[in-house]
Amino acid sequence: MDSILSIFSAGTFAATFRMATPLVFGGIGSMYSERSGILNLGIEGTMLMGAFSAAMISLLTGNPWLGVLGAMVTGGFIGLLHAFMCIKFKAAQTVIGVGINLMAMGIPSLILQAYWGSPGSTPPVPPIKNISIPLIADIPILGEIIGNQNPLTYIGLVIAFVSHYFLFKTPMGLRIRAVGEHPRAADTVGVNVFALQYFSVILCGVLAGIGGAYLSLCQVSMFVKGMTAGRGFMAMAAMIFGKWKPLGVLGAALLFGFSDALQMSIQSAGWPIPTDILLSTPYILTIIVLAGFVGKAVGPKQVGKPYIKQ
Amino acid sequence: MRTEKSTHLLRDYGGKLLDPLFAIVFALIIGAVIIGLLGYNVLEAYAALFSGAFGSIRSISQTLLAATPLMFTAMSFALAYRCGLFNLGAEGQFYLGAIMGAWVGFAIPGLPHGLHLLVVILAGAAGGMLVGLIPALLKITRGVHEVIICIMMNYISENITNYLVSTKGPLLQGSTLPATPKVLESAKMLELIPGTRLTGGFIVAIVFAIAMYVFLWKTRTGYKIRAVGYNRYAAETGGIRTVRYTVLAMLLAGALAGIGGAVEIVGVHGRFYANFSPGYGFEGVAVSMLGGNHPFGIILSAVLFGALKTGAMAMQIQAGTNAELVKILQALVIFFLAGKWSIMKIIERRHARSNEKIREGGQA
Repeated sequence: MDSILSIFSAGTFAATFRMATPLVFGGIGSMYSERSGILNLGIEGTMLMGAFSAAMISLLTGNPWLGVLGAMVTGGFIGLLHAFMCIKFKAAQTVIGVGINLMAMGIPSLILQAYWGSPGSTPPVPPIKNISIPLIADIPILGEIIGNQNPLTYIGLVIAFVSHYFLFKTPMGLRIRAVGEHPRAADTVGVNVFALQYFSVILCGVLAGIGGAYLSLCQVSMFVKGMTAGRGFMAMAAMIFGKWKPLGVLGAALLFGFSDALQMSIQSAGWPIPTDILLSTPYILTIIVLAGFVGKAVGPKQVGKPYIKQ
Repeated sequence: MRTEKSTHLLRDYGGKLLDPLFAIVFALIIGAVIIGLLGYNVLEAYAALFSGAFGSIRSISQTLLAATPLMFTAMSFALAYRCGLFNLGAEGQFYLGAIMGAWVGFAIPGLPHGLHLLVVILAGAAGGMLVGLIPALLKITRGVHEVIICIMMNYISENITNYLVSTKGPLLQGSTLPATPKVLESAKMLELIPGTRLTGGFIVAIVFAIAMYVFLWKTRTGYKIRAVGYNRYAAETGGIRTVRYTVLAMLLAGALAGIGGAVEIVGVHGRFYANFSPGYGFEGVAVSMLGGNHPFGIILSAVLFGALKTGAMAMQIQAGTNAELVKILQALVIFFLAGKWSIMKIIERRHARSNEKIREGGQA
């Protein structure tokens, strides 16, 4: 009985936030893109490139925050590429996303081999260390969970709440949502559909970049080939599970993060539950949600359909 | 001035052949720019690429070997695409087909060679179909878009196969690596070219490509699948039961990818290793697009990409560029083709402009 409680420790909950952070950034980024009607499967690749550029720039400049900035720029550029192909050329959004992921698989190894001769990883890079929030960290159990996390984790939480306000309480947020649901109506009323789509997809890229930076600067302090390991897709799953709402995405990300943290606790407690089955939980949950077994999971109506101006 | 008919012919065939050609040339040029910027000697690198791909019997056999799994995953994508579906689940279907193939490969002794191979292929198909069933069912019963489901299934399938060959899994059976036991001799593919690693897997792929062509273009069922792909609503109105054919297309697509996995195991590796696929499922998308989503185009496209992969390894040894360059080339091909940067459109536009001038000149 002792061991059952031990896996639900404060440590597990603290780990939940750590595991959830990339999913929060990726999920909210994805949400912005899809809210404007553009499907972005390239989140996985964007995160990976974000992780890579963050590590590279941190290494070259010695300043990990410049690394984060670099990741944002990289992510933004990839978002721009995706938006350009999907909006200007009306290319099939699924396929462009696959292209971006392939590209992101290839670029880091190519550059790593060119500069360090070893394509698998960078040397250790200056990381962003955890911080302790003065008063909160001292609260008995809660402090252990939330008082001592990485700055990017806190930023992620703030972004979730700010996004909720932005998307649902500001005119621009309303316009973005309108573009995703009924672009022609929005266009008729004078909304610049394409500009909003570009904005949303680039923002998506920027956020995904930060999510990737978290992986290479905070979770470990280096870039390793393929280090996103499907987190980009899991972030999309969090977006769907969260019904395309920022706070829902946050909740879903925490749920998936918890599942991840739980899986690690169970492993170290030596329980005979196969970890591979636990690892599949987020994906199974997403399928269940999409299938509509947990309420409706309907995304913005126009996702995936290029808008044709007339 | 050209006649209408010759213009159409030119547009149809020229487009189908020229666009992929320009796509790959475009990709190679950008690739050259990239490695040039990284400081490599482009000529040395690309020379190594080409000689590595086609320079000897051994290279050619490696090329065809590399092309084989791509043919299967590309055909999987193409078949679903012809029905209007995006099968991004080929990776998971490949894995499950592979492990099923490996399982019947080592677990059933005493079968004659030909029969055992047949059983392996059927097992692979079954594994792939199982994975493809879920997106198919969800699409027809709850209208869920298959793309995300397929991607989720990829990870679930990978985890399942990892579990099966993990230390707690039933298929490990005493191996020291996370892998199944080796398949029996009766399940292995025959060598095609002695002294090389090329086996009959390539021939199996070609056979399926021909079968896919015949099925899609020469049978009624195939016609119906394509009709659903062209216009779901028109097909429904025309009396085709779209639900039935959608599921069929997805199952067949899953089967193709699964067979690819099984063939790769018995033809190349001899046992199922955890995580042995470097992304064949997604690469198949690029291969299929370059091949015009047509089985014969896919054969050529897969050989081309197989050549690039083989050549890239030689390029890595001789010029030092990382072999993952091929993924970048695949991405560039996708961008070029998906963006419909069609050479034919440029030619057509110029043609239309010159016709206009002649007309205007006539009036003036």
